[in-house]
Amino acid sequence: MSSFTGKIWVLGDDIDTDIIIPTEYLALPTVDDMKKYAFSPLRPELAGQIQSGDIIVAGKNFGCGSSREQAPEIIKHLGVACVIAKSFARIFFRNSINNGLLLIESDLYDHVKEGDEISVTLGESIEHDGVSYPISPLPKNLTDILEAGGLVKAMQKRNGLI
Amino acid sequence: MGQTLIEKIISHNTGDASVRPGQIVTVNVDRVMIHDIFIPFVVEKFREMGFTKVWDPDKVVLIYDHLVPTSAVEDVRHFKIGDAFVKEQGLTHFHRADGICHQLMPEMGYARPGQIVFGTDSHTTTYGCVGCFSSGIGYTEMASILGTGEMWCRVPETIRIEIDGDLPKGVYAKDVILTVIGDLRADGATYKSLEFSGSCVEKMSVSSRMTMSNMSIECGAKCALFVPDEKTAAFSGVSLESVSWVKPDPDAHYERVIYYNAADFVPVVACPSQVDNIHPVSEKAGVKVDEVFLGSCTNGRLEDLAVAARILKGKKIAPYVNMIVTPASRSIYREAIKAGYIETLAEAGAMITQPGCGLCCGRAGGILTDGETVLATNNRNFLGRMGTSGVNIYLGSPATAAMTALTGVITAEA
Amino acid sequence: MGMTIAEKIVARAAGVNEVHAGEIHTVTLDRMMSNDGTTHLTIDMYHNKLNHPHIADPGKVVFIVDHNIPAENPKTAAVHKKMREFSKEHGIKMYEGKGVCHQIMVEDYVCPGELIFGADSHTCSYGALGAFGTGVGCTDFLYGMVTGESWVMVPETLRFNLHGKLREGVYPRDLILTIIGDIGANGANYKCMEFAGDGAHALSVNDRFVLCNLAVEAGAKTGIVEPDEKVAAYVEAHGRKAEHMFVSDPDAKFTKVYEYDLDKIEPVVARPDFVDDVLPLRELLAGDEVKIDEAFLGSCNNGRIDELRVAAHMLKGKKVHPDVRFIVAPASNAVYLEALKEGIIDTLLEAGAMVMNCNCSVCWGSCQGVIGENEVLISTGTRNFKGRAGHKTSKVYLASAATVTASAIAGRITGAENLD
Repeated sequence: MSSFTGKIWVLGDDIDTDIIIPTEYLALPTVDDMKKYAFSPLRPELAGQIQSGDIIVAGKNFGCGSSREQAPEIIKHLGVACVIAKSFARIFFRNSINNGLLLIESDLYDHVKEGDEISVTLGESIEHDGVSYPISPLPKNLTDILEAGGLVKAMQKRNGLI
Repeated sequence: MGQTLIEKIISHNTGDASVRPGQIVTVNVDRVMIHDIFIPFVVEKFREMGFTKVWDPDKVVLIYDHLVPTSAVEDVRHFKIGDAFVKEQGLTHFHRADGICHQLMPEMGYARPGQIVFGTDSHTTTYGCVGCFSSGIGYTEMASILGTGEMWCRVPETIRIEIDGDLPKGVYAKDVILTVIGDLRADGATYKSLEFSGSCVEKMSVSSRMTMSNMSIECGAKCALFVPDEKTAAFSGVSLESVSWVKPDPDAHYERVIYYNAADFVPVVACPSQVDNIHPVSEKAGVKVDEVFLGSCTNGRLEDLAVAARILKGKKIAPYVNMIVTPASRSIYREAIKAGYIETLAEAGAMITQPGCGLCCGRAGGILTDGETVLATNNRNFLGRMGTSGVNIYLGSPATAAMTALTGVITAEA
Repeated sequence: MGMTIAEKIVARAAGVNEVHAGEIHTVTLDRMMSNDGTTHLTIDMYHNKLNHPHIADPGKVVFIVDHNIPAENPKTAAVHKKMREFSKEHGIKMYEGKGVCHQIMVEDYVCPGELIFGADSHTCSYGALGAFGTGVGCTDFLYGMVTGESWVMVPETLRFNLHGKLREGVYPRDLILTIIGDIGANGANYKCMEFAGDGAHALSVNDRFVLCNLAVEAGAKTGIVEPDEKVAAYVEAHGRKAEHMFVSDPDAKFTKVYEYDLDKIEPVVARPDFVDDVLPLRELLAGDEVKIDEAFLGSCNNGRIDELRVAAHMLKGKKVHPDVRFIVAPASNAVYLEALKEGIIDTLLEAGAMVMNCNCSVCWGSCQGVIGENEVLISTGTRNFKGRAGHKTSKVYLASAATVTASAIAGRITGAENLD
């Protein structure tokens, strides 16, 4: 899918991993058990409202905090097509790539409101309300992992499983 | 052109003497740390990837700390999976209840100067206190390291932070790093390496440096390094000569150099609910607290307990205030008993708990509810981190914690 | 007609000269204790059910936070907050994290001859000091708090004459478990278990605490050891006076009298899931090996300095089994400080034990050391009911501090004498 359209949910700056999934739920057995608590400290109702194909738009430093990989996994399991933020925290960025959750760096946050619809064309641009916001491409080693379908698949390939 | 400390360490590891920021390199990992929260996921991904044997059992450390003691019936599942993996893989570096992972890694000599270490926890940056390049990763990447012993990373740019002079009385490493985070902001060092230097830093104990490297993730840093010195060598049990290469070149290129005069620092607190929301304690003096937490991988060490014991000696904690003291490791707990700090703190009315992550990881150890306020010495005050989103979390130094416990309101050491 | 200790205490509390088993009397309570297990319910009733809420004598009420401290979730934190606010508003003395409620009560409040209500079943412990302590529900507690009075039915008394001395390696814990095994979990329903005889007087106050504390596990309303100079000395050392040292009259009526030769008692265990499923340790050891996942030393039953000394002595120079979580929770801050000074805490830590803050810990089973699916715990706690310490499939064995420590070292249930 090189281009897609979705409804956006807008979150602020510094959305930390404790907001994405509080520690108290990390010992639940599966990501599906955890996902209903996503964003619960900030917006407890949000996890139930997000529909498959929706897009999260946020300010700077999205995903700051802990190394919990459940954070991007949960967002992916909620059906979120991609997260568009002004910037991402480092560990969250790596974890997202490794789990095949698409992240896009853009200042779209300054120009939209919740409920708006946007279109994304990978490697090219985001379209919103007649304005086009360019997307810069990812380094090759990251696109390799994304293309393999995440790090697990890349390792399976290495080990001759697929 | 010369190299910064992180560039030096990566060059040493890869054998490529010319690594530069922005370059993508593959490093040989010297040690990895996995803790109880993520071990089930690491094992699952490890198997899913098709691996059967870890690349080097001696290089793998498994530490239980977040779920120690357990507080829910599901917690034990993590131990069962971890125990089985230890037996299956013949792991020998395994700690069931000896303290917080980031304390044990440098304390036990698992993370040493010049090494490259990854851990499944964001505060893995801690080991920079001994000049070790250490950084937090997710469980999928950990699984791939377990199978391959390798990891890709982008060589980070370096921000050098020079602090010269002496800290005023009542100001500690915690105040320094909180101030730096407040200045850089929560994303100010994202993807970058911090390199601390200057006469103030040289005078600091390894424990104080640990407080600073630990918290550097709170401004997004990939790692936070200190040049090893005699103190480091003694702490890590290595000779100074063997790690003398672990230093930046005089002509290294820094993205930025930030200078601080140590005398300018004041006691500060991070106010709810961001670590970079920094204010002088004097501005927040008088804020009523319900609980005080002294502990965590940030500030649960002997020198932290010593400061608190000095302040609380012969005194009683304020009525209706709970003070929870969680030593960072079993050995620290024992040293603090020998030094008499534990007795002093218990006599003052503090609760002394089993070493572990405790309240800091928000699973147990003093959770609060709506409308309550805590002054804590740990590293994060995110919304909902220690209970409901109606809890106010202030972060400060052990001295501020002890003074606050004594008075019941946020107070700096006079 | 003569009176038993329990009758004399009720008579004093009722302000009459003589009472006898089966009568119902209105009594003035000497003290009321409530902990964080239920106090929030009492406070809610106080606010919602009363037309003219007030407290008869706040000086007689004590609130103690010991079950979920430090709090492990916002719900228990909210209970503590509610207790704190109520305590401040009404001038009620409150303890948080200073130890298990019954230990604090015995250290700081209980006097011989007193009648004390506690909103906790193990309030029967106070008989160690010759007092009548009994557990009540929230409604009874609220009524007592508001009026200062309550009603009690005078209990019949089962008399236990203890003779001689426990052999080395056998503890009061083995004795009381043996008695409960003999008379059954309802063997003393509504009754007072009165302990006397030279064997009882030879026991320390701490040892008597162990006996009285578990009386409720035989269904007893209370357990009382005939008070003597050891009790007077304990009370005076804690800054109080021993004014009402009641002993049963020679012609007092006992429903039944039991004779126990203490030197015949041997180490025992209570098997899952009932406190009265007691068998000699040697019989258990003759069967299949029982591997353990966790061991617990602590609780109001067995978390005092004597038990910590036993454990430290056994652990000196040894290590806790690598597969076992050995959790130790001193019963109070005073116990903890004493253990610190004696080097016991350091010995426990050196051996690999986990030392908790002073609280109910594993015995309460919802805050610390919760055990998982199919896990096995050996504990010095008060109960081994199904799921008491965690998962519903988990198993709890009860035994003495020595047996628990030996098992923690061996990784399976064993006796102290079987260690290398």
